Formats: sequence, C-alpha cells, structure tokens
Amino acid sequence: MYAQMIKSEASKDDPEKLAEFQAKIDADIKVEPRDWMPEGYRKTLIRQIGQHAHSEIVGQLPEGNWITRAPTLERKMILLAKVQDEAGHGLYLYAAAETLGVSRDELTEMLLDGRMKYSSIFNYPTLNWADIGAVGWLVDGAAIMNQVPLQRTSYGPYSRAMIRICKEESFHQRQGYDIMMKMAQGTEAQKKMAQDALNRLWYPSLMMFGPSDAESVHSTQNMAWKIKMNTNDELRQKFVDQTVPQAEYLGLTIPDENLKWNEDKGGYDYSDPDWTEFFNVLKGNGPCNTDRLEARNKAWDDGAWVRDGLMAHAEKKRAAKTAAE
Amino acid sequence: MSKEWPLWEIFIRGQHGLSHRHVGSLHAPDAEMAIKNARDVYTRRNEGVSIWVVEANNISASSPSEKGPLYEPSESKVYRHPTFFDIPDEVGHM
Amino acid sequence: MANVDKEMLAQFLLRMGDNSLILGHRVSEWCGHAPVLEEDIALANTALDLIGQTQLWLGYAAEVIGDKTADDLAFLRDVWDFRNILLVELPNGDFGQTLMRQFLYDAYQSILLPRLAKSSDPRVAEIAEKASKEAAYHVERSADTVVGLGDGTEESHARMQTALNKLWPYVGEIFASDAVDAAMAASGIAPDPASLRAEYDALVGNVMAEATLTIPEGDFAHLGGRTGATHTEHLGHLLTQMQWLQRAYPGASW
Repeated sequence: MYAQMIKSEASKDDPEKLAEFQAKIDADIKVEPRDWMPEGYRKTLIRQIGQHAHSEIVGQLPEGNWITRAPTLERKMILLAKVQDEAGHGLYLYAAAETLGVSRDELTEMLLDGRMKYSSIFNYPTLNWADIGAVGWLVDGAAIMNQVPLQRTSYGPYSRAMIRICKEESFHQRQGYDIMMKMAQGTEAQKKMAQDALNRLWYPSLMMFGPSDAESVHSTQNMAWKIKMNTNDELRQKFVDQTVPQAEYLGLTIPDENLKWNEDKGGYDYSDPDWTEFFNVLKGNGPCNTDRLEARNKAWDDGAWVRDGLMAHAEKKRAAKTAAE
Repeated sequence: MSKEWPLWEIFIRGQHGLSHRHVGSLHAPDAEMAIKNARDVYTRRNEGVSIWVVEANNISASSPSEKGPLYEPSESKVYRHPTFFDIPDEVGHM
Repeated sequence: MANVDKEMLAQFLLRMGDNSLILGHRVSEWCGHAPVLEEDIALANTALDLIGQTQLWLGYAAEVIGDKTADDLAFLRDVWDFRNILLVELPNGDFGQTLMRQFLYDAYQSILLPRLAKSSDPRVAEIAEKASKEAAYHVERSADTVVGLGDGTEESHARMQTALNKLWPYVGEIFASDAVDAAMAASGIAPDPASLRAEYDALVGNVMAEATLTIPEGDFAHLGGRTGATHTEHLGHLLTQMQWLQRAYPGASW
C-alpha cells in the first residue's frame, strides 16, 4: 500500500456537527471540497493522500532505474509507459490533496525535507531485470488490494482519483507477471533472476500493508471516516492468498518455510516480515532512502530555473496582452 | 520558494460527441501550456478530441449550504423524467 | 517503387530508425527526474513516440537487410554500425539543452516527414504518415518551451543561449547529403536533405527570434554520425547500457 500507518488527527469540533458528518459518511454520501468537514478529517486526508502521491513519484525511481536497460524495444516502451502512468497518478493525487487547502509545492517541499513519508517499498533496490517483473506483480498487486476498495472512500476528489488510477493501473500488474513468466520459462540465468527478485521483494511487499493495526485507534477512526477501508491484516492475508498460487504457476518458491494452507481459516499461514527492519526503513535506514531523496531533491532543485523561466514568460505575455487591450 | 504554477481544471470532450467533462486538474504557467499539458496528461489513452482549460480560481461554485434550495425544487418535478409516464407495452418503444 | 539499391535503402532506413532510437533513449533518461510533473509526463510521451517510430523504421530496415529483427538491429550492433546524427547521441545536459536539442530535431522531422509521407516507397510513406502527426505535435511543444525559456528569466535565457551555442555546430550534419541521399532522391523515396535547409532555417530562425536567442555565426558542422565514420565517445556508453542484457545473456528471450 502506498499510504502506511496514517495517524488520524483528533477533531475538536462541535459534537453535534461531528455526528451529522458521521451520519453522512455512514449513508455513503461523498464529502466534497466545499462541504463542512472536521479539521481532523481534513488533516488526516492531506497526510494520507499526500503520502500516496509521494509514493507514486518516488516509485518512479526504482523502475525508472531499468528504462535505459530494458532488453527489447517493446519492453522499453511498456516500462516507460508504466513509469509515466505513475507520474500521472501522483499528479491526480496531488490535485485531490490540493482541494483540501494545501498546494502541490508545499507537499513537495515536505517530501523533500523528510517531513512527509512515502511507502517503505520504494527504499528497496531493483537489482536485476526480473525485479521489474516482480515490482509489477507484487508491489502493484499489493497496491491494487488497497486501491480498489479506496475507490469507495468518503472524500469525493480522492475517490475519483482512485477510480481513474485503478482503471489505468489494470495493465501494470499484468505486465509484471508477463515479465515473470518469460523469465521463469527462460534460461537458467533468467530463472535465477526471477527467484532472486522474489526472494528480495517478498517480505518488503508484505510490509507495504503496515504492521497489524486491528487494535489501533487511528485505524478505527480512519475506518469510520471511510478513508481506510480494511485492516492491514485483512489485506495482507488477501494478498498472500492471491499470490501463492501465482508463484506456484511460475515454478518459483516463496521464501517462507512456514507458508502452508490453513483449511480452518481458508487461507495461508505465513511468516511475518521483520518489523524491526520495517521501522528502520521508515526511519530512513533502508537500502535506498538516501538515494531516493537525493534524486527527488536534485530534480526539484535543478528544475527551479525551468519552472521560474516558463512562469516569467507567461507573466510577460499576460502583461503584454493586458497592455494591448 | 518561487512562485507556483497556477492550477487549471481540465475538461475533455471524448470521441462520442458528448459534452466536455471535467477530468481533473494540473499545473501550467498559462492557458496554452495548460492545453498542451492536458493533452499529455489526460489523453494518454486517446481519451479526448477537444480540450477546455479553466484556471481553477476563476471558477465560481455554488456553496454547499445552498444545496437544498438549489436542487431540491427539481427533485419534485418528477414529470421531467421519462420513467414518470407509463406507456402501454402495445404502443412499442418511445 | 522505383528500382533502388537495397544496400542504399537499408542505410536510409537505419538513419531514420537510429535517430529516433538514440534520441528516444536519451529522452527516456529524464523519466522521473524532470523539473515538474507535467514535463515529466510530456517527455515520456515524446520518448514513447520516438521508440514507437524506431520499431517501424528498424523493422522495415531489418526486412530489407534480411534475417534480422528491429531488436537485433537496436541491441546487437556496435557503434560503427549506427547511422544516427551526432546531435541525438549527445548527453542530455540540463533541461534547457535537452529541449533545445529536441526542438532542433523536431523542426527537421516536421519538415522531412510530411515529404516522406509522399514517398514512392509505400512502406516509407505509411510510417512517415503516422510519424509526421507525432512530429507536428512535438515541434509545437518543444518550440513553445524554447520560446518560454529563452524569453523567461535572465538565468533561463542564458542557459538556452548556452545550449544553442553548444548544439548549433551539430545541426549542419542533418543536411550533409551523400550518395545514399542521392539514390533516395533519384528513386523518389526521400528528398535530398540539402533541399530542406532553407525551410529549416526559416522555421528555426522564427522560433529563435521569438525566444530572443541568437543563432551563432559560422557554418561549421561536426560530421560522422549519419555515415557512421566518426561517432562521439558518448554513443558507446549509451549502447553499453542499452544493450547490456542482450549482450550478457545472448539468445535469451525477454
């Protein structure tokens, strides 16, 4: 999931108004930008949508890492189109956040100086070509688990952005699995790449859902507001159950000795990821945190003269037009 | 921080001759660039044939508190909807 | 189609395909690193168009050469086999240099492709018909950006002038006709590039004037790309990256 561990903000609003607001959400009436909303709802949404947007933008980097090395012209185009979609999705999400009274540049600054986070998964490296397959298959697969229900989220602009994103994303997971199939059916070296990618990305993918939050107050509030639709454990279980047979089809081994079908619960038992590692990554100690933030900061800083230049030109044109009228 | 590019709302008319429809927003220094950006951002899958852009702060909107007075009167005018009228099956499609 | 030497036709098609391949590759290097999201997305579209054109040009080249695919040509040739102009293999530089190069290339394509759409070779005409629509949009967008940045702030103006000064000596190669071009012109497949120069200079001159930029004096031109005789050192590094998987794991299917 691209938004992890979103803390909900307390609201100090009039209890009667809060109850009215909750009734509206319970009745599945969408909240729109100009409607009254509790301050906590607004702030929590900015945090969540912002983090989601940042994840799309930073998420361009690990996959973009292979655009110039894609092995065929067609793979290069598919990957480029996919990474481009991620920029688009970031753009849609920032626009949804902007309806809540924060600007895109403000959100960007908060990402760049570390005040806001992005998904832990993008702090892991893509080391061989099969990683591009595994990212599509596992990472997009995990993201879709969360994004599909979010199409029904209570905040109108967020819901509409998710609908558009889900529609466009439908090819992302498939292209990833398509690469995995080629690799798994390929030469010994390709099979080795595929297994290596799965070994490295399996637990980080499980981490995407965040630690168990069944008992968390934030989770309860965010679910009541319908900005979080399922608990982390529900989604993680669903993801494991969906992915295990796909891995079997590929002839790849999921790196978990404890993985086995549990008839009673109708799902797989599996090992938890190493949560110490997860919290370390969140703190900035993942394998790529520094590189990712440096790359984003460099793009932003190096681009300042371009943004300013084009703006200055637009202002000159506007002034000339006004003078002529 | 330098000056942020203004926000534009994007409306696109698709292939099917329907009205322009709001598809989302983006940033651009001026209207011309907003149209070009809209082409690149919102028609990546051949979604549109005609693009309108409006700077977001030039849009006037009804206020939510007026929702009742603005929309409820039309809710009672059910005769405006075709399903209000029962046409016997023998008459055929109408 | 007029009777034409296959070897000559293949050279012409490689020139077309290698230009779009190498430039598409260069532009794709920006993905995820552009100054603003809207530009990131637009640059990716340009790169996608160019690589799409590559598949068509190199696909046809592969047929003419025989027993090859577009991928074979892209991933398994060495520097001396490439027939792209030097302009497109130069490193991206800053965003201004990338967009200046893009405009100088788009301007050429926007003049060449509509003519190729009337080629005596129906395959060339068909590919050019599709590509010319893309080029028409590319040149509009890159011209706007060159104008905006040239006539923007003091800094953006200075950077664009630097980019133009650096790239201008690579423009002449576009129009340096040789025996391949003569053969194409004689058979009605493609116009002689030298015949496009006046129109090109007019288009570029107008845009640079609007951008308040000065085209450098002198007509010196670096040559050697489209003949393959002397590429820059940069192309080898580009190929090292682009071709790595195919070279390291020969015969694998991806």
